[in-house]
Amino acid sequence: MLALLASAPALPLGEGGKYVAGAYIVFLVLIVVYVAIMAAKLQRIEKELGELASFAEQRKGEERDKVGAGV
Amino acid sequence: MYGKGLRPLSIATVALLAVGLSLVFFYAPLETDQGFIQKIFYLHVPLAIVALVGFVIGGLFAIAHLRSGNRKWDAYSYVSIHMSVIFGVAVLITGSIWAKASWGHWWVWDEPTLVSFLIVFLMYATYYPFRYAIEDPERQARYASVFAITAGAFVPLNFMAVRMAQSLVHPRVFATANGGLPGSMLLTFLFCLAAIGLLWVTLVKFELTAKSASGQVKRLRRALDAPAPGTSSRIAPEVS
Repeated sequence: MLALLASAPALPLGEGGKYVAGAYIVFLVLIVVYVAIMAAKLQRIEKELGELASFAEQRKGEERDKVGAGV
Repeated sequence: MYGKGLRPLSIATVALLAVGLSLVFFYAPLETDQGFIQKIFYLHVPLAIVALVGFVIGGLFAIAHLRSGNRKWDAYSYVSIHMSVIFGVAVLITGSIWAKASWGHWWVWDEPTLVSFLIVFLMYATYYPFRYAIEDPERQARYASVFAITAGAFVPLNFMAVRMAQSLVHPRVFATANGGLPGSMLLTFLFCLAAIGLLWVTLVKFELTAKSASGQVKRLRRALDAPAPGTSSRIAPEVS
């Protein structure tokens, strides 16, 4: 990354460059934090779906056992 | 349903943002007065425009909710406002950085553009406690819609009031006097505006998809009569 910045003479990082970099980094960080929060939410949904799937399978198995036992 | 077309939209957003950033740093010329710090302008101004338009769109969805009674429109309104508040945070921070670089101060209280945006932002920051203070979901959606419409109407009024204010310390993008932006800068700016606008649309769709999935899981849980999970989410409203 530093090598890339060093090879970009169009970016006057010594002058107002730190402010420009700061503004764009803030934007990037906000987006990344938002995506991370959304990823955590999606993980929770996935976990809940897994729980529901195993719950449904367990209930189906119980019903099958009841039918097998002639209840 | 909400996730349909999310992948091409995301790809288009990333591509447009990449092209926009390339234009900012490798195509748009340096501005003679402000120099390199003017590059913040290509991020800060589109973010501000998209955030304000998003607040108005939230109000329009709220009108659709009150007219139809369909909770889907309330979810659209909520997500639009939510996303615009996030963009608003970015506007305030990037604006402060610009102010520090350009004026030597992080914040200037006698500049109408800054203060008016802060007022709009703080007004929408009260949307969350206002919304979550109401337990009944129907009333919550109805009152939140009234808030979104009132606040949404305030946004263009506020914008016009600022434009009519005398202080012109804050740079104008489309100035009617002194010629406005040169072609290459205008093209870059419009590209960045389109990219940030598309980013807003993509993130709104992303959030609606997540809310829809969450709503479907809750419906499935109710249908299966399954025990509720340990933690209850206060994310409102649900989309089914």
